[in-house]
Amino acid sequence: MIYNINEKGYYGQFGGAYIPEMLYPNVEDLRQKYLKVMADPEFQKEFKALLKDYVGRPSPLYFAKRLSEKYNTKIYLKREDLNHTGAHKINNTIGQILMAQRLGKTRIIAETGAGQHGVATATVCALMGLECIVYMGEIDMARQAPNVARMKMLGAKVIPAISGSKTLKDATNEAIRDWINNPVDTHYIIGSVVGPHPYPDMVARFQAIVSEEIKWQLQEQEGKENPDYVIACVGGGSNAAGAYYHFLEDTSVKLIAVEAAGKGVNSGESAATSALGKVGVIHGSKTLLMQTEDGQITEPYSISAGLDYPGVGPMHAHLYQSERAEFIAITDDDAMEAGLELSKLEGIIPAIETAHALAVFKEKAFKPTDIVVVSLSGRGDKDLSTYSDYFKL
Amino acid sequence: MNRINKKLQEDKNLLSIYFTAGFPNLEDTAIIIQDLEKNGVDMIEIGLPFSDPLADGPTIQASSAQALKNGMTSDILFEQLKNIRETVSIPLIIMGYFNPILQYGVEAFCAKCQDIGIDGLIIPDLPVDVYNDEYKAVFEKHGLINVFLITPQTSEERIHFIDSISKGFIYMVSSASVTGGQSVFGTAQMDYFKRIEAMNLKNPQIIGFGISTNETFNQATKHAKGAIIGSAFIKHLKREGIQGIPNFTKNILV
Repeated sequence: MIYNINEKGYYGQFGGAYIPEMLYPNVEDLRQKYLKVMADPEFQKEFKALLKDYVGRPSPLYFAKRLSEKYNTKIYLKREDLNHTGAHKINNTIGQILMAQRLGKTRIIAETGAGQHGVATATVCALMGLECIVYMGEIDMARQAPNVARMKMLGAKVIPAISGSKTLKDATNEAIRDWINNPVDTHYIIGSVVGPHPYPDMVARFQAIVSEEIKWQLQEQEGKENPDYVIACVGGGSNAAGAYYHFLEDTSVKLIAVEAAGKGVNSGESAATSALGKVGVIHGSKTLLMQTEDGQITEPYSISAGLDYPGVGPMHAHLYQSERAEFIAITDDDAMEAGLELSKLEGIIPAIETAHALAVFKEKAFKPTDIVVVSLSGRGDKDLSTYSDYFKL
Repeated sequence: MNRINKKLQEDKNLLSIYFTAGFPNLEDTAIIIQDLEKNGVDMIEIGLPFSDPLADGPTIQASSAQALKNGMTSDILFEQLKNIRETVSIPLIIMGYFNPILQYGVEAFCAKCQDIGIDGLIIPDLPVDVYNDEYKAVFEKHGLINVFLITPQTSEERIHFIDSISKGFIYMVSSASVTGGQSVFGTAQMDYFKRIEAMNLKNPQIIGFGISTNETFNQATKHAKGAIIGSAFIKHLKREGIQGIPNFTKNILV
């Protein structure tokens, strides 16, 4: 069994490029060039330099002593929350803006849910002096007003998606429509390991720096490259893809993917795609998808705006179906408690998305000798009002 | 012979109309089809509504959302079309996104289409190569023509490939755009129409996206076998209701 992508652009039965003909020239051009561009030493040099000097990489792999004591195991936190702009998202947008430049594109579009990817995209566009348009669901714009302000300050134009449910999936639809309408000068920076091939693979490769660093950092601290477990939250799945990437084919490293159960997997208000989804096509990719019996895409729910996507990246659909990764669904309440716990035990306020991954320690027992790496994908500043309302702080 | 092929042999410019099944009212499907035929329309695309129509502009997005709200499903559409061939003889094509068809089961969907007398399918997000590798046999077994799209950005090589696997007509997307809204075709589009016309493809071309008036219909059919109107018809339906159909076609075909 291989767990990474095959030469046809599929992970097992998932992936592919289910796109209208209008998108074919752009997606095909990207497919033909992305590996060559990424393999170019000049590209790598520029990418690595920006990750180091601009993003602040490597991000620390921090041994969480008090959390480890509490759960009687060895917990390391991969501190993506310390990156510039506060999450792992910037690894991908740095890579894609360099890609866009090499493809000769001058106009950048992106979708965003909670606004983290939108901010990361607006940031790199400011850095490179490129025009930036971010589509964001009208409802999300109201929920995440500070991120809207950040994007505007960075010079991006934020366009509300007013179709459908006015959230992330609709923002993605609008970005795709924009790309159909602007096929020549525009590059679409997708924010997760979703979309038509080659996007899931390209985004995973840009995020793979996370597991690349985990390996040498663990070697330094533990004298071995491989942990026993890697835990990451999954919405579309980009931080998980990055944290898993260099461990995918080594089954001695167990992978745990944490989805948002919302108010409970069977409550009707959930975003646990692996449990609730069936094979379907969304945004150009065949994957697991929450939908009605008639094939209409349904609206997921989670307290965290970064996890409420009705699909999941095709890599993760394959990891689920092949049982390479264990999928655990965490409710809003358990995630919020885990977020508070990390704040009090380690002095780190995590994003609510990330808090879902931390809640696994209450669900599952690990051995005292197990080395468990948690992808601390983002910081909680953007979620302060949600935390504050929830805990009546 | 498939009704589409037969129609394409007629010595006239073809007017094809797209509408969203279940809009404006759930039960309007059969009557819209019958009225369109009575009023001189040559071919009809029946839109199967989808929650996330990513190649469509605001008009068809809104009609799809309304149709779903009205309760339209694949099963209901098939039920409404069950006896359509008792009253309608022009070619009928179902146009929809791939996911609802995948959920229905591609083979079951095709079989149902054949039972009813549907002549072809247009599935914008089913890629040419996936169709060719996985579904061609099923479509052909059920006598269905799958219609492919080309755009101004489609390479000449790919147009020849699409022509080689097409069995009816090629759906020429008029411009780099989602469905809806152009008032008149400019030089770039007319040049593209002429360029494709000069390729002398095996399959006739029918131009869609941006056709809304008698003028754009005539511009398109000067260089292609026919033209498809969608958004403009849906806007008209919304404004005038079903009673407005004769007026609509009269204005296009003057």
